[in-house]
Amino acid sequence: MSIRQLIVNGNDVKCDDGLTVSQLLIDQKAKMPEMVSVELNGQILRRNDFATTALKEEDGVEFLYFMGGGRGIN
Amino acid sequence: MEEVGGSGQKKLLSSKVLIIGTGGLGSPAALYLAAAGVGTIGIIDNDRVDLTNLQRQIIHHTDDIGKEKVNSARDKIRAINPDVTVQTYKTRATSKNISEIIRRYDFVIDGTDNFPAKFLVNDACYFEQVPFSHAGVLRFFGQLMTILPGESTCYRCVFHSPPPAGVVPSCSQAGVLGALAGVIGSLQATEAIKYLLGAGDLLTNTLLTYDALKMEFRKIRLNRNPNCPLCGRNPQITELRDEQQSVCDSKTK
Repeated sequence: MSIRQLIVNGNDVKCDDGLTVSQLLIDQKAKMPEMVSVELNGQILRRNDFATTALKEEDGVEFLYFMGGGRGIN
Repeated sequence: MEEVGGSGQKKLLSSKVLIIGTGGLGSPAALYLAAAGVGTIGIIDNDRVDLTNLQRQIIHHTDDIGKEKVNSARDKIRAINPDVTVQTYKTRATSKNISEIIRRYDFVIDGTDNFPAKFLVNDACYFEQVPFSHAGVLRFFGQLMTILPGESTCYRCVFHSPPPAGVVPSCSQAGVLGALAGVIGSLQATEAIKYLLGAGDLLTNTLLTYDALKMEFRKIRLNRNPNCPLCGRNPQITELRDEQQSVCDSKTK
């Protein structure tokens, strides 16, 4: 399989040709992938499309996390 | 400063900013808005000051433990700037009451700490057409964006709806560095002041993320989402709703 160069969260990442967004989330060890929003080349991807969207050379991907708040740490 | 001047200061004095939640984010935001001379500051909070708040909710002090947060916050705002009118709302923001409060203000700061509240603030500001600053913090990370309803990317454009119950980390595990909340809350105040003055470039269509461990800020460009259930081409949300609480939330603002 040929290798693709992506930009994930601002960093250069190499991945296999045809890798899907779902697989990328796993590969990149995204925390709680079922909660992550994904932006692909400037557009927010529908969650239903994660498993079927294959990534291409030079695609830019951002993982966007829910951040609410939390109790204090000491 | 050139961008402010006497006329700018007058503008701030005649402006009204609402802060929803005087917690980790709302505390520094309120203090800096008071210092900047924003004439009217509204605060919504239903809680009392607790010892566990003090590591990050810097508008509240040890002597305030047990006091209602809106009163504690009001006192410190007035101590910084007696010219500020403080309007307190000791209540929880819900779909029943939030609209009538929001519409009295020029800008809103989301200082809430749970996801249902963040969606409520987003939706209410959209329907009332009031610009606001969204932000969230977790552990050593923070993020914020400024939303001009109907014009720029909204919270639902990016996050659609609250995360499923049980997936959110438990509140006792999550935690947050106090100083980090200070940074993000101060940035929210900055955005509010810039909006009121018409100065600089607002953080619209942009998520600013902060990683305190790496000491890195990033700006992520976020375009409006045509599929957004609130502000997209085919809106599914046409009125306010109280989203379902997720498992770990014990308090809402």
